[in-house]
Amino acid sequence: MSETVSVPVASGASSRRGNWWGVASFGLLAALMLVVFPLAMDVFRLGLAAKYLCLGFCAVGIVLIWGYGGILSLGQGVFFGLGSYMMAMFLKLEAAANADSSSGTALSAFFGQEGLPDFMSWNSVEKLPWWWEPFHHVWFTVAAILVIPPLLAFVLSYANFRKRVGGVYFSIVTLALSAIMAIVIIGQQGYTGGVNGITDFKTFLGHDLDNDRSKVTMYMITAGLLLLCVAIGAFILRSRLGRVLVAIRDREDRVRFSGYDPALFKAFIFAVAALFSSIGGAMFTIQVGLASPSLVGIVPSVEMVIYAAVGGRLSLVGAVYGALIVGWAKTFFSENFVEYWPYFIGLLFVVVVMFLPTGLAGLLDRLRGRAAGGGA
Amino acid sequence: MAALILQVDGLTVSFDGFKAVDGLNFYVEQDELRCVIGPNGAGKTTLLDMICGKTKPTAGTVKFKNLELTEMIEFQITRAGVGRKFQNPSVYEDLTVAENLEISWPKKRSVFGSLFFRPDAAVVGKVQGVASQIFLREQLSTKAGLLSHGQKQWLEIGMLLMQDPELLLLDEPVAGMSAREREQTAELLNGITKGRSVVVIEHDMAFVRMIAHKVTVLHQGKLLAEGSMDDVQADPRVIETYLGH
Repeated sequence: MSETVSVPVASGASSRRGNWWGVASFGLLAALMLVVFPLAMDVFRLGLAAKYLCLGFCAVGIVLIWGYGGILSLGQGVFFGLGSYMMAMFLKLEAAANADSSSGTALSAFFGQEGLPDFMSWNSVEKLPWWWEPFHHVWFTVAAILVIPPLLAFVLSYANFRKRVGGVYFSIVTLALSAIMAIVIIGQQGYTGGVNGITDFKTFLGHDLDNDRSKVTMYMITAGLLLLCVAIGAFILRSRLGRVLVAIRDREDRVRFSGYDPALFKAFIFAVAALFSSIGGAMFTIQVGLASPSLVGIVPSVEMVIYAAVGGRLSLVGAVYGALIVGWAKTFFSENFVEYWPYFIGLLFVVVVMFLPTGLAGLLDRLRGRAAGGGA
Repeated sequence: MAALILQVDGLTVSFDGFKAVDGLNFYVEQDELRCVIGPNGAGKTTLLDMICGKTKPTAGTVKFKNLELTEMIEFQITRAGVGRKFQNPSVYEDLTVAENLEISWPKKRSVFGSLFFRPDAAVVGKVQGVASQIFLREQLSTKAGLLSHGQKQWLEIGMLLMQDPELLLLDEPVAGMSAREREQTAELLNGITKGRSVVVIEHDMAFVRMIAHKVTVLHQGKLLAEGSMDDVQADPRVIETYLGH
């Protein structure tokens, strides 16, 4: 997709070929996700694919902020986690309100704690905290998932960028954020489910989440939303804002003298990436049935960067492939050689950064350039 | 006397006690082309840095039209109509020549403005016009990083042409250029300096003689002399400064 970032006034042959390639690679990804996967995989494998695609939302956001904006975030897990936990709160309240489900146990009814999530009862929290209350409503939950993480990302990052905290220092700030997020969740067990996370949901708006049909439906919704995010990302990168981002990445000081405020642009794109991560987190929780601190901390945040690096940090479509490939590799390795997985992913990262700085998409671009006799 | 576009009064900046610019007064008239010369370390570049907001002065005021520039930050100063060309060519190397020019179009520079900006015929025409002016018409879709040093200098001048500032600050615009490129650049500068005020830092005295209306000589952060090229060159203090070392 990197080639599609071309300006209309320069519509030479090469950029037209780039546009065609961008559309074709997007179409291919759509066909793969919406047609080939559902036909070729059983529900279990499709569920795995859905899980990887949810992480793919973060990878697509990382392409925008890191590949184009030059902001290396090691904290995308925070926004993934916010989306994930807010969805989990809604699902948990629905489960707790449903007397037939195992969450709304007869025991809590006996203690007069009907409608209270089970883990709260176990932690002697007797009354639903006020900030859980609005998550009874699906409309509030969806709005919160779409608004709170980007808003938080914007405010936090703008405060840093305005004071010209950038580069590796900002990476450290994001790293600290993901550590804080995991610590807070684990520490506040009564309100967050602690290290076990929030789990044991049965229904979403009354629809059973366990049957095959709803699993396929949820997969299709996830795939559709991810394609939408890729399309939004492509729209942003093809606009003048996309070119300003590249300019900021390469020469932030000069951009100020072109009359732009780099801090606002960086905070904006950081908020967009947070929005994508949050949607991914919410879809993850619906399908995997879990919101867990192990998905918001430093390790998952770094893994998300690796997805983008493997797929190609300049390619939105590549990021999705990166999430799928690394996801499957992880599953394969964890099934067969559990203890070697961290070494493998570390090695993968080193190899990609050293030999394939633009990832698989970059490799493909080079091959294509050679095939076309371009040699670029 | 024509109206002043730039009034610098008592400008001082100190880096760890070292005063790079010390109590400087400096006035530029509307449509004037001023050259600033002086030995290395005289504070020439620092003066431009303080006008365009890159460096914050320790004391003093910089008035551009009715605006106090010392209270504004870089992008606001740029939007107010001050353009800066740096000593080392600074262009966006990963963008094409056309994209470099188009990004400098001085409208729709907010986040959402630029997100929904689509170059209309006027912008496209302007980009092509400027590209011809700066001898890069054939390189429109070339990445700026692949241009020669001299071509990058031209591209940066072209970016300023797109920006269309009222006050133009040029830091050694012909540095590192071949004799032929120098000639072409002098022509270019003659073109862009019309109808606006310009401050040029330059070492090449022949070049200065060719373009300057008035020359300011700085030495150790202070004003040494000011006047026409002939007056300045005849000034004994200037001769002492340049030859005395």
